[in-house]
Amino acid sequence: MRYEEMGLTEGDFYSRNFQKGAREDTLILNLGPQHPATHGVLRVIVELDGEYVIRAEPVIGYLHRMHEKMAEGRSLYQYLPNMGRVDYGHALGWNWALVGAVERLAGFEVPERAEYIRVITTELNRITSHLLWWGAFTLDLGAITPIMYAFDDRERLLDILQMATGSRLTHSSFRVGGVCTDINDKFVAACKEAIPHMRARLPMYRDLVTGNTILRNRLEGVGVFDADLCRRYGGSGPVARGSGIDYDVRKTENLSIYSRFDWKVAVQQAGDSMARYLVRMDEMEQSLNIIEQALASLPEGKVMMAKAPKVTWAVPKGESYFAFEAARGKAGVHLVSNGGKFPYKIKLRSPCFSNLSLFAEAARGTLLADALAILGSLDLVIPEIDR
Amino acid sequence: MLSIIPPELIRIVVGMVAVMAFVAINVLVLVYAERKGAGHIQRRPGPYEVGPHGILQPLADAGKLMGKQLLTPIGADPILYWLAPILSFLPVLLLFVPMPFGPVLTVQEVNLGLLLILAFAGINVLATLLAGWSSNNKFGLLGAARAVSQSVAYEIPLLLCVLCIAFQYGSLNLSTIVEAQGSWPWQWNFVCQPLAFLIFLVSSFAETNRAPFDLPEAESELTAGFHTEYSGMGFGLFFMAEYANMVVVSGVCAALFLGGWKGPGIDGVWWFLIKVYALLGLIIWVRWTYPRVRFDQLLNLNWKWLLPLATLNLLATVFLMKVF
Amino acid sequence: MSAIKKILQPVADLWSLVVGLQITGRNFTRSQVTVHYPRQEVDPEVNASYRGPIMLVAHPRNQAKPKCTACMICVTACPSSCITVVKAPVPTVTPEQEKAFQEAEARGEEVERPSAPREPVIWINDFSLCSLCGVCVEACPTHCIEFSHDLYSVGTSRSDFMHDLLVPFPEALRPATPEAPKAEEN
Repeated sequence: MRYEEMGLTEGDFYSRNFQKGAREDTLILNLGPQHPATHGVLRVIVELDGEYVIRAEPVIGYLHRMHEKMAEGRSLYQYLPNMGRVDYGHALGWNWALVGAVERLAGFEVPERAEYIRVITTELNRITSHLLWWGAFTLDLGAITPIMYAFDDRERLLDILQMATGSRLTHSSFRVGGVCTDINDKFVAACKEAIPHMRARLPMYRDLVTGNTILRNRLEGVGVFDADLCRRYGGSGPVARGSGIDYDVRKTENLSIYSRFDWKVAVQQAGDSMARYLVRMDEMEQSLNIIEQALASLPEGKVMMAKAPKVTWAVPKGESYFAFEAARGKAGVHLVSNGGKFPYKIKLRSPCFSNLSLFAEAARGTLLADALAILGSLDLVIPEIDR
Repeated sequence: MLSIIPPELIRIVVGMVAVMAFVAINVLVLVYAERKGAGHIQRRPGPYEVGPHGILQPLADAGKLMGKQLLTPIGADPILYWLAPILSFLPVLLLFVPMPFGPVLTVQEVNLGLLLILAFAGINVLATLLAGWSSNNKFGLLGAARAVSQSVAYEIPLLLCVLCIAFQYGSLNLSTIVEAQGSWPWQWNFVCQPLAFLIFLVSSFAETNRAPFDLPEAESELTAGFHTEYSGMGFGLFFMAEYANMVVVSGVCAALFLGGWKGPGIDGVWWFLIKVYALLGLIIWVRWTYPRVRFDQLLNLNWKWLLPLATLNLLATVFLMKVF
Repeated sequence: MSAIKKILQPVADLWSLVVGLQITGRNFTRSQVTVHYPRQEVDPEVNASYRGPIMLVAHPRNQAKPKCTACMICVTACPSSCITVVKAPVPTVTPEQEKAFQEAEARGEEVERPSAPREPVIWINDFSLCSLCGVCVEACPTHCIEFSHDLYSVGTSRSDFMHDLLVPFPEALRPATPEAPKAEEN
């Protein structure tokens, strides 16, 4: 009670207004916004009974950068680089969501080679994103070494991605009507070299982490989301697929050229953290399959459509919605244009935002360590939640 | 003049000074070994910039820790808060008194050496509790609560394993136990007491709060657990105590199960040190491999597996000793 | 069957721990992947595809001058407003020249008054704002902006990142105003 004596009131608005539960003997703990397990600036206020979480309430908005508002003050061409900043993990997935929305509205046809390049780079980016998650998630669970192995592989893949996009993190190589740079033989050769390398590394990951009994005990049966819960909160991506919902935008909406390749949507029925973990591990393998097939059938040709829009190009009047399966779930862009210089409104549907909503419900009644394992298994990217 | 001072006292004083130097050097070496080992396991160089291959890094770290300001958080109990790190480090020095480094290289042979070690090791729990509780931090409190229930629980199987050996030789004197073991690896105790050896190892991981049982300071859950609020040498003392405890546990393990200073060829202190460092290497290796267990699993492992197994092992030992 | 499985499960669990130790142990003996940066640098071939801070392309006929025509399209295209370009001013006409022009006009001749050279006098890229998006590169009608592959651009102050892109061109025009030395400092 010395705080009161000193004239300090404890906590800020959120923690003061975090309604105390019916019980008197509970502890309110504030995790974050600076906390090792929240991957950035997510803040979670939890009410604890000993180590058990009675209630958990995420507080978001610490990284709000007005990406949606910014779209109203610049042309679409200028807005494209923003997409790489929305989700630094899977930047190209968001790139695709935006250019997809514009192309749908304007009725553009993208050259075949550009489609192939998009698929290859996006899937490569998906693998790097999952590797980043894998390392960070195992770090959450207390294993410190896997992230270093993951980054070793990630850097190799980023070297390849850099050839196609020119950057290592906030890729933004997609343009309305194609991609900005063509890929060369060096890129193809490096890809063909990297695929067997990654295939050889995945069993090592499995033995080191997936098969480890300590990890299995930490994850199995922890944070079970049933399919209904997922649907209610709009969970998508590996979170939904881990709960047995066979929903992948690439497949269900028959996006782009994905139907030409032989790949499966990774689905697990269990709905626990382990299921979400396994879905992502499977997805890495599936992405490798897609890249391999795409490289084998890569057509020649242009990578930009004829009369591609220029910087000052104004989007035609209308409204369109396009969703893409980003590494974290369904990344959607709702674009409204009144035919003016700038888009009238852009709404980004962030998969992490919906996935985070599941957390509060799933964390109830779990141990603190479990709650953080659930948080990690959702694969949250805070900039994407806050946008 | 010298004759007034009893030789025993000189031995103890000289021994304590030697132990302090040994502990200090060991902490420096271990910090370096841990970071370098972690680096190589993760395929990176580890400390590299201070001195050749970063060999002076621990010294630089020590200098940095000493130079830091000591902060007492608002609302903390200043006396208990600063008592805790001292209480955590000082008993560790006492633990080295009965440690059989070599045939004559023991500070003081104590009849109840094992008891002394186990008793003083218990003070560490108190220090952890005080640290977590007095620092007026919720993370610290949770860490302290975890530390206490963990250490108290794991002391029991540890004790039962030690008892097996003590029964076997009818002594609690570590030197006697080492003497009774042969020079060759198959004459050491871990051959006839494999289960006790394994349980002792697992329990000692938990006793020293090392991964995968580092729950009191689980950084992804409790930021730094019981020492969240400590800065400078306050943290440094906890750090030193952790490493010194590792040396003690490895030393006891080497003496009880691995034949202490005995080994093929010439017996001597080098065999003891080799064994201790092999065990420390294992502890470090394990830390950089496994994820952390969950708290209830940690206690389940203890109460449902280790404790019954240790008890059975003790009963079997007693039974076999009675029969043969 | 399940009973046997239940008994064997702890053994399998323990084995998985041994497998983990094997993997980290094997990696311990393998070579490091770290590049010791100041002493070593990454393969320059990798950097060749890196899109670093922008630079100006030299004029094809005169390597000492930039190809830029100061059309200002990049300035308007840049989403971060980090480019500052100043056009070369119209050359000042001395009174004697002016007199000559007027006389010529009076004679009814076609007079070609000096026009502004199509060249920049200031071309500054504020790299602290630049997001390397490449919009300027793609917007440039003369293709005079391109990405450098400079990975190691560092600075100790904000002004270090005010990249003056005219520095590599000795014959580039310079503003006559006292602002000039300020730009050159960087």
